[in-house]
Amino acid sequence: MITCKDFLSELNEYLDGSAESGLRQELESHLSECPNCWVVCDTTKKTIRIYRGVEPYQMPSGVHERLLAVLEKRARA
Amino acid sequence: MIQRIGQQTSGLDEAELVAQAQSGGVEAFTELVNRYERNIYRLARHITQNPEDAEDILQETFLKAYEHLRDFQGNSKFYTWLVRIAVNQSLMKLRKRKSDASVSLDDPYDTGEENLVREIAVWEPNPEQTYSQEEMRAILEKAVDSLPPTFRAVFALRDIEELSTEETAAILNLSIPAVKSRLLRARLRLREKLTRYFKRKGDDFFDYM
Repeated sequence: MITCKDFLSELNEYLDGSAESGLRQELESHLSECPNCWVVCDTTKKTIRIYRGVEPYQMPSGVHERLLAVLEKRARA
Repeated sequence: MIQRIGQQTSGLDEAELVAQAQSGGVEAFTELVNRYERNIYRLARHITQNPEDAEDILQETFLKAYEHLRDFQGNSKFYTWLVRIAVNQSLMKLRKRKSDASVSLDDPYDTGEENLVREIAVWEPNPEQTYSQEEMRAILEKAVDSLPPTFRAVFALRDIEELSTEETAAILNLSIPAVKSRLLRARLRLREKLTRYFKRKGDDFFDYM
């Protein structure tokens, strides 16, 4: 029997799809019976999705040019 | 992520570029800069949460890489080597900025039992659609800012840069179980922070326990 604590400790493996099939089945069966773990699992999955989905940081203009200038100066030193 | 690193196929491959740069090829080094600068900048911003720091780290990282190019043995990917320099620079920068000893790979939060889950509430189905890009960015940054720096580094490498647990462990000089434990804690803490914003309205009095 999988407890909520067990579920939590395997949550990464479950979300990353790296849990072996036997364990995966046990985790899924726990999920279907435990609303709390279902919510934690669902909201953690969404957390990752939202971070991955947000527009990535762009380098502000000028950063590239300043980097090349610094490197050029170093190369000439 | 729109662009995953290490997968560009145009032009020379990474090993060839590095070999050329090691024998003094300035163009080859510039091409390495062009390929990786955006990822290094993004990573530094995620860890430091500060654009000026991120630019400093970007410059320091490529300067160090340039200066130590001959020390690079090719045991790992060049990009991984670069990321390692950038993460170290980022953590050093945070340590200086906060001028305290709290920025350490031995995180005090990591010992003992911690209440990993406090609030359990269903979220709105698509929180992304409820907030503008700017509002969302601010919420996400605030949440990441609350993480201890090494948790941020693990989260940024695993969940933003999408590196493997093994690569992340090598970059941070951590064991694989340590990376897994930090990632779990980082994800759950972020989940907790985001729940405040994204939980379904009107659910406050629901009892899920």
